[in-house]
Amino acid sequence: MAPAMRQAFVDVGLPVLAVFASLLLFGIVVSFGGVNPLELWFLLFRGAFGDWFSWQNTLQRAAPLMLTALCVALPARAGLVVIGGEGALVLGGLACAALPLALPLPGGVVGLALVCGVGAMAGGLWIALVGALREYRGINETISSLLLAYVAIGLFKHWVEGPLRDPTSLNKPSTPALAESLRIGGIAGSDVHWGLVFGVVACLLFSVALRSTVWGFSTRVVGGNTKAAQLVGLAASRLVLLACALGGACAGLAGAIEVAAVHTSANASLIVGYGYAGILVSFIARHNPVAVIPVAILLGGFGAAGSLLQRRLGLPDASVLLLQGIAFVLILASEALRDADWRAIWRRILQPSGPRPSSTPLGDRTV
Amino acid sequence: MTADQWIALIAALVGGALRVGVPYLFVSLGECLTEKSGRINLGLEGVLVLSAVAAFGGAYVSGSALVGVLCASLAGAALSALHALLCSLPRVNDVATGIALMLFGMGLAFYLGKPLIQPQAPQIVALPLGDWSESPAIRAALEVNALLPLGLALSVAIWWALGSTRFGLVVRMAGDSADAARALGYSVRRIRLWSTMGGGAIAGLGGASLTLFYPGSWSEGVSSGQGLIAVALVIFARWSPLRCITAAALFGGAGAVGPALQSVGFGWGYHLFNTVPYLLTLLILIATCRPGALAAGSPGELSSNSR
Repeated sequence: MAPAMRQAFVDVGLPVLAVFASLLLFGIVVSFGGVNPLELWFLLFRGAFGDWFSWQNTLQRAAPLMLTALCVALPARAGLVVIGGEGALVLGGLACAALPLALPLPGGVVGLALVCGVGAMAGGLWIALVGALREYRGINETISSLLLAYVAIGLFKHWVEGPLRDPTSLNKPSTPALAESLRIGGIAGSDVHWGLVFGVVACLLFSVALRSTVWGFSTRVVGGNTKAAQLVGLAASRLVLLACALGGACAGLAGAIEVAAVHTSANASLIVGYGYAGILVSFIARHNPVAVIPVAILLGGFGAAGSLLQRRLGLPDASVLLLQGIAFVLILASEALRDADWRAIWRRILQPSGPRPSSTPLGDRTV
Repeated sequence: MTADQWIALIAALVGGALRVGVPYLFVSLGECLTEKSGRINLGLEGVLVLSAVAAFGGAYVSGSALVGVLCASLAGAALSALHALLCSLPRVNDVATGIALMLFGMGLAFYLGKPLIQPQAPQIVALPLGDWSESPAIRAALEVNALLPLGLALSVAIWWALGSTRFGLVVRMAGDSADAARALGYSVRRIRLWSTMGGGAIAGLGGASLTLFYPGSWSEGVSSGQGLIAVALVIFARWSPLRCITAAALFGGAGAVGPALQSVGFGWGYHLFNTVPYLLTLLILIATCRPGALAAGSPGELSSNSR
């Protein structure tokens, strides 16, 4: 095979293989609980992509996943592993719900752009803080982003249950609902809202920008080798901060869209783990924004099928989380097969008694 | 506030530090051992949650808290072994693996733990250290987890083993220079496997403290980032098992601020006070990390050392 073709084959093939393997493993684990795995896979497919109703549910979940995945993918391209998208998402939602309380907003497109913009800004600043801590203080961004996510959730709960609480929301503390004119509607009367379009457009835009602009190229150089980037005179810190801010803005936008399109106010329903699932989406997509789109739809589908699994098979709602966890482990394990010399392996299987190639030195070859 | 309220507040803080600090102590000890061998285990959050459910399930089924504690330790070791095996694959990075195991451990724990949300399990006995006092607040505060002495003993034992035994020297060598260890004919992979598993087993005791002592029941919110804070605690403790004790007590106290204030009727900002441990962690990281330099006492091979 030509090297480029082989590369493309491996890039797509390995993640697909890993996802299938995780479905297989998930079926086996669940079958210990007395569930027929065939029925499980069938229901998983039907709940995700079986009819228009499931498709609507799937796409509704895919929209925020695309944006939170970008919050991992963009910093990853600049060489950072940021996993605190959940924090940016809840702050984005909070800012979106809070702005109309602070300012009288015009309705319609202008008002909508303002509430979404302030959400994106809140998320962007939050993740930019992670980038700044890393660049100026040398703090590991993986740890700080997750710590800041817990802080963000604390802030969110404080504001929603305290100063911004709508006194009429008794059982479930919420902010006052957004005005009718500030809400995002469904596409052509369906439950699928325009947030999906935002997600797809953002993925495509960032893909083009990363591939064919000076900014994208410089960011990828910084992500590849910071020292080299600094040697050729790139402002590495600024590029890292920008990648973090843009990623955070995407996650913040996801929160704002969830508020404006689904929940109509900021409340605890916003904290359902889209930020964490977005990490998995980005890793399966290998931090490639275009690949994020189908992967987000796939994982959105698994999420949508969760309630069907719960109703029909009596599985706990966490079973989808388990599937995600298995998929994450296998995706990483599949990376090890990337360099595998398949022909050599095949030869070894055919001739088990043949001389074995000496094993590679104990591995610290990491990604 | 009256004098009684002050006593109640301080007792709640100290008691909270003792209760909340124990899981921190075990997780940070586990992380410390793992990191000394040159590998970071961000998956300890998953280990903590999985071992918490294993402890509760084991104690519930067998009727014995001791069996629960053993289950927790085994579950922690098993999940950490998976971490070590994944990390030893080519092209697999330990930070990404840690994130994966965090999600996997939580998914598995929530899946297995669904039927355990309602029932009660036998609890780890409490050591009544406060019996000398008349005040019920102080007596309640000093009901100490029976695993705490074990944790303190483990800290000293690990400190001694790392500093003064051949085993400790080999672990530290694997952590400081994998090449040196290899040149002397040691298998770095095997050293790290055992250190990671040992760290997981110790961290599992922290999980047992969560479900079998305080809060004493299983729920999906049983751990909120303690496993991750442990990574920062170890930096704060400068990779010394002895300093892990003070670090754990400090963080336990920080985590107890919100509930302690609420217990004396000061409800404002409950969620804000609950963010104190995370903010404290960040502040400590800001104070101790320098760009481009290794943190003091850090094993040389750690991938958390940026650049």
